[in-house]
Amino acid sequence: MTYIARPKLHHPTLVRNKVGYTRRDYEGKISTLCAGCGHDSISAAIVQACWELDIEPHRVAKLSGIGCSSKTPDYFLGASHGFNTVHGRMPSVLTGANLANRDLLYLGVSGDGDSASIGLGQFAHAMRRGVRMVYIVENNGVYGLTKGQFSATADRGSKSKKGVVNADSPVDLIGMALQLGATYVARGFSGDKTQLVPLIEGAIGHGGAAFIDVISPCVAFNNHAGSTRSYDYVREHNDAVSRIDFIDLADEIKAEPSAGEVISLPQPDGTRMRLRKLHADYDPTDRIGAMNHVQAYQAQGEILTGLLYVDPEATDLHHGLNTVARPLNALTEADLCPGAAALTKLNGSLR
Amino acid sequence: MKRLEAVNDFVVKFANVNGSGSASANELFAKSILRMGVPVSPRNIFPSNIQGLPTWYEVRVSERGWLGRRGGIDMMVAMNPQTWDQDVAEIEPGGYLFYDSTRPMPASAFRNDIAVIGMPVTAICNATYDDSRQRQLFKNIMVLGALSVLLDVDASVIESLFGEQYRGKERLLESNVRALHAGCSFARDHLKPPQAPEVGLRVKAADKVGDRIFIEGNAATALGCVYGGATVCAWYPITPSSSVAEAFDKYCRKFRVDADTGEHKFAIVQAEDEIASIGIITGAGWNGARAFTCTSGPGISLMTEFIGLAYFAEIPLTIVDVQRGGPSTGMPTRTQQADLLASAYASHGDTKHVLLLPQDPAECFEHAAAALDLADRLQTPVFVMSDLDIGMNQRLCAPLAWDDARRYDRGKVMSAAELEAGKDFGRYKDVDGDGIPWRTLPGTHPSLGAYFTRGTTRDAYARYSESGKDYTYNVERLLRKFETAAALVPQPILRAASRKTRLGTIYFGSTSPAMDEALEALAAADIHLDALRLRAFPFPDAVRDFIDAHDQVFVVEQNRDAQMRTLLVNELDVDPAKLTRVLHFDGTPITARFIAGAITKHVHALAVEPRRERIA
Ligand SMILES: Cc1ncc(C[n+]2csc(CCOP(=O)(O)OP(=O)(O)O)c2C)c(N)n1
Ligand code: SF4
Ligand SMILES: [Mg+2]
Repeated sequence: MTYIARPKLHHPTLVRNKVGYTRRDYEGKISTLCAGCGHDSISAAIVQACWELDIEPHRVAKLSGIGCSSKTPDYFLGASHGFNTVHGRMPSVLTGANLANRDLLYLGVSGDGDSASIGLGQFAHAMRRGVRMVYIVENNGVYGLTKGQFSATADRGSKSKKGVVNADSPVDLIGMALQLGATYVARGFSGDKTQLVPLIEGAIGHGGAAFIDVISPCVAFNNHAGSTRSYDYVREHNDAVSRIDFIDLADEIKAEPSAGEVISLPQPDGTRMRLRKLHADYDPTDRIGAMNHVQAYQAQGEILTGLLYVDPEATDLHHGLNTVARPLNALTEADLCPGAAALTKLNGSLR
Repeated sequence: MKRLEAVNDFVVKFANVNGSGSASANELFAKSILRMGVPVSPRNIFPSNIQGLPTWYEVRVSERGWLGRRGGIDMMVAMNPQTWDQDVAEIEPGGYLFYDSTRPMPASAFRNDIAVIGMPVTAICNATYDDSRQRQLFKNIMVLGALSVLLDVDASVIESLFGEQYRGKERLLESNVRALHAGCSFARDHLKPPQAPEVGLRVKAADKVGDRIFIEGNAATALGCVYGGATVCAWYPITPSSSVAEAFDKYCRKFRVDADTGEHKFAIVQAEDEIASIGIITGAGWNGARAFTCTSGPGISLMTEFIGLAYFAEIPLTIVDVQRGGPSTGMPTRTQQADLLASAYASHGDTKHVLLLPQDPAECFEHAAAALDLADRLQTPVFVMSDLDIGMNQRLCAPLAWDDARRYDRGKVMSAAELEAGKDFGRYKDVDGDGIPWRTLPGTHPSLGAYFTRGTTRDAYARYSESGKDYTYNVERLLRKFETAAALVPQPILRAASRKTRLGTIYFGSTSPAMDEALEALAAADIHLDALRLRAFPFPDAVRDFIDAHDQVFVVEQNRDAQMRTLLVNELDVDPAKLTRVLHFDGTPITARFIAGAITKHVHALAVEPRRERIA
């Protein structure tokens, strides 16, 4: 448990964003996760990203499956509606919610067990359909909530806390997302907030299915030597391909610019995203190239992070279904019911 | 041998090969008789196959208006050599066999108690058409022409049906009419006495159809969803339910496309499986859109975890279950009412769900629209329990009706203004005493009314809880809500016997037309029963009152295990001895003959026992 009591009253010096909220307004209930759990850092990054992007908390719907990771939506954005669904099935519930009201921002939070084991099918099909959402997998290589069994993303050869060596090949969610049509694919590390926050911000601004795999060490069951998801291991093997410098050109610079070529990509809301390439030979708008690059590094045991692929012109499921601009849940009898006269005519054709 | 003779009261069955194009000709046959003012009820008996396996189309002609399956065949139109023996065996003594005599059959292939009419259809078609597709298609039309002559069906009615079907396609129209005429004239010249036996079955124009319409239950269900305001449909293909989603798509494209922009006021997703289907409608229902899925037994099995979540987290959604023969893949193209228990108590833990039980397409329409209202009102899953017999056959029924003054019941959704005005919002709090709490939709208010939805226990204000008190408050409230439901669902319909009786019968769904007919036959044999047609679960008080008012109640249903009887015993605590099982479960639609026979046998058995006075 993280027993840090938070003061109820807002500190007067807390800065308000453009829509009048302080960072505190984006927080949620006190986390009940283990102290040091990577998932809590991701929650903090989500809070930061939503505050920085001036998102009104109640315009976000946060959905999750079941697991320690899936509990976290209760611990951020307390003024948003949340839905803790069933194990592995967040993608379908999010898809339906999105169909009902295209005007909200959909944030899906899941675990590696939730998305790569029981929910692999739903993960895949949500990507295929291009549901507009930010889909975050808090990837720790184990089932935290059921106490440390290997999950389907655990690397072959990695060692469990009890000393068991995993013999199965890992499910590569990044590779799958790229192959299945996700239009924003990134990997982050819960221990690197400077990298993670812009990745989430980029995903929020994206016009289609955005997937972020966040390596998020489980301090209780998967942070030992021999694990490939421990803080130490990830720090040692983390290789960033790109860094998002800033999302909104008009605004302040959030990170110290580092070396590398900068490219500027349009966002659906008219702003531009500036991306600093850290691997010179890398083009993050080339899907096939991204797949090859990721695979090549993975084969060497390196964990590539950063924005791996983005299609700035991505469209979403509503586009494919050609649905009206007004949310479906706001349509009334006048929009939906053809009326008695049409039925009389129809009856006439059925005789 | 005495030949069967009947006017407007007989059964014709067509034995065909699946995929041979017989379906539309068969439908024309049924529809032409309807157009003559004589009620018909056709039934498709089809294989789980796309091409090549046997398929049948059974048409009951009944001026009296009996729409249930009768049983027994008066005339067999045997066009499928594969099923010859079984088809010939099924003909009633004195009945008729019409067959393609292109290839001679040995005498042993026939029976001597039936009349045989052979028409060399294949030979005629081969001589008339060069194209193999035309040969096949027009064969069916020629048979139709010949039958119209033999049974006195007005060929001009068939021609006008062609006219409607091929409006604007003059060449097709003309060639069909020509084939029809060829069949007619062949029959007049070669299939009438003395060359062939006289057929004693006749259609005579009447005025018994009225303003009724002829529609498949699944199409009516889809229309009910359109009229009832469903905007999200997620589904996974499965017989016999797929045509609900397909018809919903068709009617939405007709009625729900924005005239100016061409944009859709609906969203249909063919999901990757039934778990995703129900997940999608759970999300949509949570977010305030009216949503439904359609499926059959195997899909219900897959959906059960989500059904429990929607029940416990109180999410409105509608599930259309077009039932088929189970368990497992069972009899995928045959009918049953065997998903009652699996649906009523779907999911782990203590759960109970609302089931609506339509009897025909008109009620499919009404119940589908009602289900969407009830789901919103009760914030819970609502099932529409149709079946293959209703869903996939065209059935004569009352015209579909809609009152333009009707408003959707969106249930207890708290608005931003109400929150702003300081109305207390406890998501799981019973403030009105009916067990139904208030809900808010995501995005309603910047600072009020947000809550966390979960399948885990929570208190009345939706806060996570592990307290037994919070848990019991919730699940007892859910029971109260279920009691509320009993008064809101479609109420049962009582049909009293013509005289006072201590015997009753309870039935529901597609059993209805067979029961109507059985009750009349039983009354003619001096067995009088009050009949109660259930239209929903939970059972309103009228159901218990009905059972209490009778000494013996026959519960008639189409499954092996008397599932409705189990529900009655379980939910109403009635004496099981009072409820006699009458069960039909071979996959064919139940018949009046079966019901009357079974009840007669029971009544006679009862009459010899000491309980005689009680049932007199
Ligand atoms: C149908 C079903 N099966 C099993 C479980 C038990 N269960 C709860 S969480 C979990 C694994 C969660 O792992 P992951 O998604 O990686 O989340 P983490 O706890 O590691 O963050 C399992 C197996 C369940 N809730 N539902
Ligand atoms: S068990 Fe692991 S994943 Fe769960 S809260 Fe603790 S550290 Fe986090
Ligand atoms: Mg995990």
